[in-house]
Amino acid sequence: MNSIYSYLAIPLLPLIASFCVGILGKKLSEFFASSFTILSVFGAFILSCFTLNQTLDGLVVNQAVYQWLATGRYQFEVGFLIDNLTAMMMVVVTFISLMVHIYTMGYMKGDPGYRRFFSYISLFTFSMLMLVMSNNFMQLFFGWEAVGLVSYLLIGFWYQKSTAIYANLKAFLVNRVGDFGFILGIAMILYWTGSLDYATVFKNVGIITAHTMQLFGQPVEVITVICVLLFIGAMGKSAQVPLHVWLPDSMEGPTPISALIHAATMVTAGIFMVSRMSPLFELSDTALSFVMIIGAITALFMGLLGIIQNDIKRVIAYSTLSQLGYMTVALGASAYSVAMFHLMTHAFFKALLFLGAGSVIIGMHHDQDIRNMGNLRKYMPVTWITFLIGSLALIGTPLFSGFYSKDSLIEVVKLSHITGSNFAYFSVLVGVFVTAFYSFRLYFLVFHGKEKWRLQTVAHNDDYHHGLNPKDNPHESALSITLPLTLLAIPSVVIGYISIEPILFGSFFAKSIFLNVEAHPAMEHLSHHFHQIYHGPFGMAVHSILSIPFFFATSGVALAYYCYQVNINLPKQIIKNTQTIYSILENKYGFDSFNEKFFAHGSRFLGERFWRLGDEKIIDGWFVNGTARFVGKCSEKIRIIQSGYIYHYAFAMVIGVFLFLTFFIKI
Amino acid sequence: MNFTYILSYSIWVPIILGSIILLLSSAMSDAQAKWVSLASSVIAFLITIPLYTAFDFSTTQFQFQEFFHWIPTFHINYHLGVDGFAIPLILLTSFTTVIVIIASWRSVQDRVAQYMAAFLIMSGLMIGVFSSLDAMLYYIFWEAMLIPMFLVIGIWGGTNRIYATIKFFLYTVLGSLLMLVAFIYLYLHTHSFEVIDYYNSGLGLYPQIFIFMALFMAFAVKIPMWPLHTWLPDAHVEAPTGGSVILAAVMLKLGAYSFIRFAMPIAPEASIFLKNFMVTLSLIAILYIALIAIVQKDMKKLIAYSSISHMGFVTLGLFMFNTIGIEGAYVQMISHGFISAAMFLCVGILYDRLHTRQIADYGGVIHVMPIFTAFAVFFSMANCGLPGTSGFVGEFMVIMSAMQNNFWIAVIAASSLIFGAAYSLWMVKRVFYGELLNEKIKSLKDISWRDFFILSILAIFIITVGVYPKIITDMTNAATVQFLDHILHFQPITSLPLDV
Repeated sequence: MNSIYSYLAIPLLPLIASFCVGILGKKLSEFFASSFTILSVFGAFILSCFTLNQTLDGLVVNQAVYQWLATGRYQFEVGFLIDNLTAMMMVVVTFISLMVHIYTMGYMKGDPGYRRFFSYISLFTFSMLMLVMSNNFMQLFFGWEAVGLVSYLLIGFWYQKSTAIYANLKAFLVNRVGDFGFILGIAMILYWTGSLDYATVFKNVGIITAHTMQLFGQPVEVITVICVLLFIGAMGKSAQVPLHVWLPDSMEGPTPISALIHAATMVTAGIFMVSRMSPLFELSDTALSFVMIIGAITALFMGLLGIIQNDIKRVIAYSTLSQLGYMTVALGASAYSVAMFHLMTHAFFKALLFLGAGSVIIGMHHDQDIRNMGNLRKYMPVTWITFLIGSLALIGTPLFSGFYSKDSLIEVVKLSHITGSNFAYFSVLVGVFVTAFYSFRLYFLVFHGKEKWRLQTVAHNDDYHHGLNPKDNPHESALSITLPLTLLAIPSVVIGYISIEPILFGSFFAKSIFLNVEAHPAMEHLSHHFHQIYHGPFGMAVHSILSIPFFFATSGVALAYYCYQVNINLPKQIIKNTQTIYSILENKYGFDSFNEKFFAHGSRFLGERFWRLGDEKIIDGWFVNGTARFVGKCSEKIRIIQSGYIYHYAFAMVIGVFLFLTFFIKI
Repeated sequence: MNFTYILSYSIWVPIILGSIILLLSSAMSDAQAKWVSLASSVIAFLITIPLYTAFDFSTTQFQFQEFFHWIPTFHINYHLGVDGFAIPLILLTSFTTVIVIIASWRSVQDRVAQYMAAFLIMSGLMIGVFSSLDAMLYYIFWEAMLIPMFLVIGIWGGTNRIYATIKFFLYTVLGSLLMLVAFIYLYLHTHSFEVIDYYNSGLGLYPQIFIFMALFMAFAVKIPMWPLHTWLPDAHVEAPTGGSVILAAVMLKLGAYSFIRFAMPIAPEASIFLKNFMVTLSLIAILYIALIAIVQKDMKKLIAYSSISHMGFVTLGLFMFNTIGIEGAYVQMISHGFISAAMFLCVGILYDRLHTRQIADYGGVIHVMPIFTAFAVFFSMANCGLPGTSGFVGEFMVIMSAMQNNFWIAVIAASSLIFGAAYSLWMVKRVFYGELLNEKIKSLKDISWRDFFILSILAIFIITVGVYPKIITDMTNAATVQFLDHILHFQPITSLPLDV
């Protein structure tokens, strides 16, 4: 595997599978469609592992596959950059994708769109691999939009549901707003560095630093503008406030893709991109502050929304938003490796949680309301245990994977001195409490307590949520579902312990991520703490027991226990007493209604005005048809002269001759 | 092989075959007429292929030149020749004609032979426009081409076709007459109708501005640029599917091509002087028209407005005066040729089945026509510039080139990323997705193999250009460099010495 073309096989395998299954469709048996795509993704996974192994030995490949376009002084190539950062993403993406493929066999069984679904998720794997393996901005943008396309197709997978097709349009458009910023950032990079190739851009980036440009009459550093524009792209894809609105709605899609696309991989593309662009972001403290503040807002305020959700998937969706905010905060603190580390651990445990939620949803016969659940641990033991592991990892229980990434993240924010880091530190700390609370609220409501579906009296009339009859017992899901849960639970526990040292403090990202240590020493300090105070990952866990985040996490769990196990009427009373706050949360801070009123209605209003007034009335009415009317009017007047009577004409002629004669003869 | 008269063949073979079909129309059955027309269009297409294969793209000279004296008194010659700018559009023309004839197989029932013949003749005339190097010859082709289109809309069009044809005709003729005035002025100045003489005529700035504005009136109507665009939505709505396809895929390109061939190189100083004017109009087209497209209720009107918005990218790219902009405009032209053709075909397929184009009459088409929906969603994605499709390449290049000029121009141009997606996908949502409520839709059948075939070919082209746009820019590279040298540095444009 030394030629660049052998790496080409990795994304192409899922693409070919997707293409075959997509084209042949119903001609293939369900079994063939799923096993074919699973095999190809498995192949991609194995090759990715090989690649990771190679890059661990120090291999870095940066090579073009073919020239895409050459015009004037610019050349655009399609090519791959394979280093540790890429290889790690490749392994994470293909692993989660493989798990989701296997899971889908059970989850989508009997759905008429079974083959279509496999075709889509394989296409997604291809797109995501193209995104992470790219060595230039053009291809990055290709992958970026291609994952958006698949996300669009999959959110609207059940196209008869009006909510689903509303959600997918919304997701695509909101992402396009981000891409709008992103492509402008790319255009500025091309203009200032003369290339879109990462290596060349990073080499020439020095040229940019001295320049400023005028924006709104203010001089602004060019590099800041570039970084903010690129980050706007990341805000769309990684669902940061205010472009987060699409992610909760994206839960309309089938659960496996919520796990794969809207939790583990696609939404982290923004985090990956910023890490990849670390040589650019390191040059602009303003942009880093911007990143950090946006991330902090997302981390805290989206987490708060998780508390009041009653749909099992939406709770996890808001949790994803909040965790993405955490990663973004780490980016702002120049701790790119911490962000990537959290991205990886989060990918495992959040995929686990979503797939677990999917298993619960099947057990509950497609009822997603957690108020109807309870005591499922009795009926679904594997789902229960793995879900508990996922939740523990999410809230940062010591020794679990989430602990290492989140604790490092909080500490590095504390050590950071960039503008906004105090606010960010506050947000991520409070966020720990909030995370623990909503996670265990969900956990207790679903797996403990009374079997609430038995109390229901109202029949379900919604077609898509059949729900469980009061007399039925839920069943544990099939092996194709529990196997991925188990396989994901393992890394959710151990991956942090194993990999923290090389990833955060070793040389794992040395070649991929650039850090200006003098300006942003937080990572350096963190590494110092880790080695000198904790003496390794186990010591870190032991020390954390006396730390503030641990205290916050335990109190969050305790409060959840109290509210949903001991005093179950308390939440209702709290809601009653805090109506204002509750309704703000209920309306999701008003983002949706604002967007709907301002942007959606606004552009339709403008369009309607331009059309009726500009096109139809002014251009057509006044000028085009107006000209015709004018000509018509004139000829109507002139027509009177053409009376057809000889004596009229003779009279006019005589007068004319008379006038001419008097006029000319005189001279 | 010797391809000396290949251009004449490309022009006259479809015209002659079309005329024969027209003459024999009463003697032929509809089926015969269809097959003969299809064979003719394929022959005409094959004839144009050597233009690509035998063309030497490394030089900027006009190639395959033909020169005959035609009206010596006025120095009017039959002078043909092509460069890298003309080749892709000629191929697009002859290719689209084949597509149109296949697409009209079922949808046209009335006067089939005449209908097919009109498209064949139109195809030859349009190739004539693309390959004329004599202004009078060009002018004659330009005007003659209107006649078959006028008839196609006027005879096979919808209910309001008379209003649309008159509007179409008057709009275009008004512009063309000013073009004729400009040519006569240039003739008086250079005593020649040779385009190449015009390039190096050495006019001052003010005469250049007048020439430019006169030509602008002709070309801007054709493209169409805001505010001369209102004929297009009407013409599209009334035109039969084939007419819409040719109109969008090829005829709009004539305007943009003519800017490259005539207005800009003949009046280089004026085009730089009027750059801001042109850029403003282009940006209005991109933004204002995209907003109008969002609220359209008729699918064809929506696509027509979307065409105007996309053509805004073409003119914007041209007037950025950098390589990437001009080549971006070119890629956008070709890409729009494929995508708009595909979009109009899709609407045509729905219209043939349900006889309505109102978006509100549809919903849930995917339930009964899944294959067709897959195509329609793909083309809509291409229409809103999804990377990997040709629609992205042109927009990407033009946005890149706009940034070289001005940050805010790029911002407005890039807004089409949002609005393009809004109008395309909102239409997809309302037409194809959702529950199946309308009884009539339940009885729809998926597309025939014939439609499948043409839509697949278009999809393959769209992906090919998206994945490997070099295939187009390789044709235009040399010509673009010379073009910019001429406009920015006043380098003379020369032609091959003629043997004739």
